[in-house]
Amino acid sequence: MKIDRRCFLSLGIGGAAGLALSPIPWKLADDSAIWTQMWPWTPVPADGETTYVKSACTLCPGGCGISVRKVDNRAVKIEGMEGHPVNDGGICLLGLSGLQLLYGPTRVKTPLKRAGERGEGKWVKITWEEAISEVAKKLGDLRENGESSSVACISGTDKGSVPTLFKRFLSVYGSPNFMRMPSVLDSYELALSLSFGFAAQQGFDLEKADFILSFGSGIIEGWGSPVRMIRAKSSWRESGGKTVQVEPRLSNTAAKSDKWIPINPGTEYALALGLAGVIITKSLYRNDFVKGSTSGFDKFAGLVLSAYTPDAAEKITGIKKETIEALAVDFARAAKPVAICGRGQGRAQGSLGELMAVQALNALVGNINKEGGIFAFPNPGYMAWPDYIADDIAAEGIKKERADGAGSGNFGYAKNLTNRFAETVKSGKAAVNVLFVLESNPLYSLSDTNTVKEAFKKIPFIVSFSSFMDETAINSDLILPNHVYLERYEDVYVATGLSKPVVSLSKPVVSPQFNTKHAGDVVLLIAKEMGSPVADSFPWKSYSACLEEILGGKWDKLVREGFWTDGASSTPVFKTSSGKFEFAGGFIDLAALFAPVNAEGDPKAYPLLLIPYDSMRIASGYIGDPPFAVKTVEDTVLKGKDALVEVNPATARAGGFSEGSYAILKTPKGSAKVKVHLFDGIMPGLVAMPRGLGHTAYDNYLAGKGINVNELIGTVEDPASGLDAAWGIRANLIKA
Amino acid sequence: MKEEQSKEKVKKFGMVIDLDKCTGCGACMVACMAENNVPFKEDESKKLDSITWLRIYKLTNGKPFPDADICYLPRPCQHCGGKGEHGHSPCVSVCPATATDYSKETGIVSQIYTRCFGCRYCMAACPYHARYFNWWDPVWPDGMEKYLSPNVSVRMRGIVEKCSFCFHRYQLAKDKAYFEGRREIEENEYQTACTQACPAGAIAFGDLNNPKHAVYELKKSSNAFRLLERLQTNPKVYYISGREWVRRAGDNYLKDEKK
Repeated sequence: MKIDRRCFLSLGIGGAAGLALSPIPWKLADDSAIWTQMWPWTPVPADGETTYVKSACTLCPGGCGISVRKVDNRAVKIEGMEGHPVNDGGICLLGLSGLQLLYGPTRVKTPLKRAGERGEGKWVKITWEEAISEVAKKLGDLRENGESSSVACISGTDKGSVPTLFKRFLSVYGSPNFMRMPSVLDSYELALSLSFGFAAQQGFDLEKADFILSFGSGIIEGWGSPVRMIRAKSSWRESGGKTVQVEPRLSNTAAKSDKWIPINPGTEYALALGLAGVIITKSLYRNDFVKGSTSGFDKFAGLVLSAYTPDAAEKITGIKKETIEALAVDFARAAKPVAICGRGQGRAQGSLGELMAVQALNALVGNINKEGGIFAFPNPGYMAWPDYIADDIAAEGIKKERADGAGSGNFGYAKNLTNRFAETVKSGKAAVNVLFVLESNPLYSLSDTNTVKEAFKKIPFIVSFSSFMDETAINSDLILPNHVYLERYEDVYVATGLSKPVVSLSKPVVSPQFNTKHAGDVVLLIAKEMGSPVADSFPWKSYSACLEEILGGKWDKLVREGFWTDGASSTPVFKTSSGKFEFAGGFIDLAALFAPVNAEGDPKAYPLLLIPYDSMRIASGYIGDPPFAVKTVEDTVLKGKDALVEVNPATARAGGFSEGSYAILKTPKGSAKVKVHLFDGIMPGLVAMPRGLGHTAYDNYLAGKGINVNELIGTVEDPASGLDAAWGIRANLIKA
Repeated sequence: MKEEQSKEKVKKFGMVIDLDKCTGCGACMVACMAENNVPFKEDESKKLDSITWLRIYKLTNGKPFPDADICYLPRPCQHCGGKGEHGHSPCVSVCPATATDYSKETGIVSQIYTRCFGCRYCMAACPYHARYFNWWDPVWPDGMEKYLSPNVSVRMRGIVEKCSFCFHRYQLAKDKAYFEGRREIEENEYQTACTQACPAGAIAFGDLNNPKHAVYELKKSSNAFRLLERLQTNPKVYYISGREWVRRAGDNYLKDEKK
């Protein structure tokens, strides 16, 4: 038989058709699917001896104790430490995800020096010796030229020994520019120094309180020490404590409160003053406390009775005056009422007037320095630092005006105005030559990101101490990677909202995974490299030796038990000039103190208001959300790479939007493409967006998802204090 | 006498979740993922294929501002006992490979990965969407597989997985008790990872048959309910809420139907 072309083709096609109809290809596909399942790309975790290491979490300022499960020398799970005074076994989702940060791909593995343009991501690896000598040389030159005060440091916190070492270094070197990232703590500390008369931390004995009036504070959404607050919330359910939440949006806290009172955003101060007015009119205040332990009451009463009558308060806040009156009576008649403020997690500083108004409520009901009330803890004194030696250059440098203007001129009261720092550097009012960035991510977390970016462009040398490749690290010139908290010793001080300050000890759970160095050690090495006189104030041979020395007798207890609490409760004293609690902080012009803070923007061009909100599931501080945490974010918040904003259905209808439709969100600071999510729990006219999304750095699990709300929101300077009083910004939603 | 002894041994592990305490913070979800080597992908916003043994649902009461209300509901596997506690849970009844089984000793519905061949019949049968399919092999970024726990096997592509009530913790607790010469374990010796982590103390876990365990009394609360009770799946996860609309959300009712 001759095989011609026709025969060949029909045989081929016929064979293929026959094969396709037979079970062979299906069987083969099935088999390959099954057999490839068994290929060894699915890891088999090695078994070994299980041990637990007690340590402390530093991922947020909450200061929880943790217990880390190890299998041989691998850390496999983080759990809450039983018996720890802050969290007693509980833990939040960020704390639980810590190992993804330790072993994750966003770690900076070795000291890096910028090779290309800033932000380009081109780096050369350098040795620690090279890195340290480069920094020391730069600092030495500046000091010789009398420019020591042009060195600045932005730190996530100013508590604890490492920030203190940095601050000490700047003082000895000759710069006043140690700054802390802004938060409501700035307002609380300022209010305490004015009303109580000394530098202090605000403490709350919330578990024992029986009526909690919260002006927008996210009690179960990360305000104060998050796990402790959630525990307190549960304890009120057992004890019968009542909570009232005042805020324009039905947050989780509002939903879990006994009562939610929606309020026009930014008018919380007027409600507090209105409540104070009712309490004074009805003589419901604790006369003994007000007469015996406070000063300035008559003046305060004069203002609220004239300008903040229930009618006036209704007009400003949008809350019916009957509701205001009833709330005032409930609050004042409760046995242990407490009023708190700081919106959401307290990421914004807020106006001093608002805090003073809320604090006045606490004073009227006399719940200060007693059980179930509020306390002032003197600033941490658990560390015993030897005095440092300041030479002439240092003494002169430290007296210079700070780059952020805090502590001088109009801002005499303020300690940190980090938001203002970006503005002064950008406009050239302050010259900064070197910036250290410690455990913070200002390029992402500060409001008005564009201004911060401009400011950073003007700083010739930025040194990041970040363990992770975050936005600030990418835009720095030198990265000196710190160990992450699971690899290092560090004291963790927490007082925020606790009834007693707690110090915990973070311990190395595993040995350092990469070529990183403790930031504390790096400061000591830089000082040593610079030589006398700077080095003379840093006699320790290592950070751990320093920590052991300054903690003195507490060291052993901390190593053994993991935490230390200050047994002595704060003494009920006021160190103001009158020796009493100062209503409204002794301000002369009360009308100026309690001035309304208006949102930036023209109401005609921007008819809506954008407010940020905080969520436990989206880390919005220095740490970017790890993969586990991103996984828990609802698809009504983040869908693919799109951010969803919450809008009331009525507002959305008016703008022609439906669920999931795209929109351009415009504010005076910028614009972004978002999706609309209809939410009945938000006041009409508002647009709400979560903090913590829109990262450009970190890994693919986080980067590029959603919008960074800080890019859309600017700062509003509080005339009374210089603090950033912005609570939102005017906005518009335009069809995309 | 002998019968009584064996009866005493029969456990019925279950959970009571107080929805009035639950803050929706998500710690239970992550505690579960970290404990059980649950994988993650770059995009987890497609919730249908996002593996979450324990998932928190957000319930809304459907009312307009300012009467709107929300409530969070964590949903692990409900470990259905079936009608009359015979172990005829929806998934066990349909599994052709005996890859999921009902333990009469503990009341826990198991998932045996090496037996599962991925037909997903159980997923269709489960009325709670508690089961998830591995559409892809799990991938951990370089170095991250270091935190994987040897107590729970890593699952491969093509199989179904779900909440096990942290069964490995029960085994470890029992091993420890036997080693110490005890036959019974204490309530606090066996707790699931989510229960342990919950900062609000909203989750209680224990033996529903044991009067000494907290869940025994809690489940009797007049505000307690279970999900889709009318399907008679007989779940071992109870929920408590003081709010009527939340309790009603636990099942499907006609508009004018009285509960």
